[in-house]
Amino acid sequence: MKRIPNWLLTVASIVMGLVVWYLLSSIPSIGAILTTPGKVLSAFMKEVSSGRMWTNVSASLLRVLGGFSLGLLLAIPVAFLMAWYSLVRAICDPWIQFFRTVPPIALIPLVIVSQGVGESAKISVIFVATFLVMVISIFQGVRNVDPTLIRAARVLGAKDKDIFLEVIVPASFPYILVGIRLGLAAAWTTLVAAELTGANKGLGNMIMEASLYFRMDVVILGIVVIGIIGLAMDKFVLFLERRLTGWQEIRQN
Amino acid sequence: MAGNTAKLTSSSISPQQSSQHNHNKIEIKDLNKVYKGRNGDTIALQNTNLTIKNNEFVCVVGPSGCGKTTLLNIIGGLEESTSGSVKVEGVEVKGPGKERGVVFQQYALFPWKTVLKNVEFGLKLRGLSKQERREKAEHYLELVGLKDFANAYPKELSGGMKQRVAIARAYAVEPEVLLMDEPFGALDAQTRAQLQEELLKTWQKEQKTCFFITHDVDEAVILAQRVVIMSARPGRIKEIIDVDIPYPRDQSTKLDERFIEIKNEIWSKVYREYLEVSK
Repeated sequence: MKRIPNWLLTVASIVMGLVVWYLLSSIPSIGAILTTPGKVLSAFMKEVSSGRMWTNVSASLLRVLGGFSLGLLLAIPVAFLMAWYSLVRAICDPWIQFFRTVPPIALIPLVIVSQGVGESAKISVIFVATFLVMVISIFQGVRNVDPTLIRAARVLGAKDKDIFLEVIVPASFPYILVGIRLGLAAAWTTLVAAELTGANKGLGNMIMEASLYFRMDVVILGIVVIGIIGLAMDKFVLFLERRLTGWQEIRQN
Repeated sequence: MAGNTAKLTSSSISPQQSSQHNHNKIEIKDLNKVYKGRNGDTIALQNTNLTIKNNEFVCVVGPSGCGKTTLLNIIGGLEESTSGSVKVEGVEVKGPGKERGVVFQQYALFPWKTVLKNVEFGLKLRGLSKQERREKAEHYLELVGLKDFANAYPKELSGGMKQRVAIARAYAVEPEVLLMDEPFGALDAQTRAQLQEELLKTWQKEQKTCFFITHDVDEAVILAQRVVIMSARPGRIKEIIDVDIPYPRDQSTKLDERFIEIKNEIWSKVYREYLEVSK
């Protein structure tokens, strides 16, 4: 039997999802909340032509990328230092473990009180959330570097600096990319929560405002746009992963 | 260099030694290694003494846990001894050195580097120019028959090919001593036999001192001029047996009467050690 190609299955799955959505929304009791795809599309057109869509998307993207970049910038050195020096590990580990169990959303009231409802408050919350997720996965990656590779480098004449740059960094690179994927996902989750609590623009704010006026088409539009942007970012990181870490021995299917 | 009086007249069984300096390359004196653990100390090596001549091929056999790898690691400078000394060319070993190359059982190739870059790595660390690096690496890849795979990544290679790359990488930095820790242990019988012959040929051509660990008695006898038998708990040298079979040797040597005789002698002694360990 000939196998159906995977991309075709993916397309079929999306089409099926849209059909199910359409059918569900045509049931009156459900349709009152779950508007039809057509209405969501027309809401999309209206938001785009009025310019509000772009304002909201760019505001959210800026917050996500700002908080995420700061988180990554700090997570990489902290993770490497923790993996390399037991002293740093002993000092940092309890704090990271403690804050990791606290949902970043719980920090929002504290941040708003200290920084108001401006951009810095949102970026701070996203920064904390992404840093915690990424520092742990990158740390794990550095710890997992095969000690035989370090020995092999040493007998070939590598000094500490060479081992760091030529062995540790490339060997943990796949884990950094996994950290980036987890960090981006955490950034979006936290962003919407932060925007729901108080903002004058952004996708989370768009959803919040629309729900006040019972504009379910705009609410669903917001959900769809967030999902699509998140998916696109994830695909982009996966693309980078394939391009940069194709040397890994992984399962083929 | 001490005692480098080459004797071209002697009719030695080994062509290497007849034209080479016959001085001591590695001197191991009263070496001890103790691992401290939660459940008490483990003596990995006890009063180990061994002298290896220049260009000699020495194999070490023994049950697992007899300290073979520990001994190799200490010679390689990857581990420190608890007491005693290891000297290479009369100089005390204090860490890895460029005159000693190591080949590991798990190949230990850098998966993110191509075959060529793997072989070039040690040369890059020595500050060779791009041109020199490329030429040397290609020469040694040719020696192990992998010139056509220069741009492949390790994941595209079979186990035997990976180990060939690792051998080329070790050779490329031109060490005087080659330390090999069960390099063919993970390979199938055919590939192993092939690599043994290739290693012997290279050894005869490149003139190196080889310290080779294995648990395969056949492999030890086909390769070595001397076989060191180690015993476990505590790890120490039990006996050293001369293999007086002339080179060049190949797989047909395994049918040689003398080969079988020596093999059986070593095997019976090693077997006793295995029984001792499994008690």
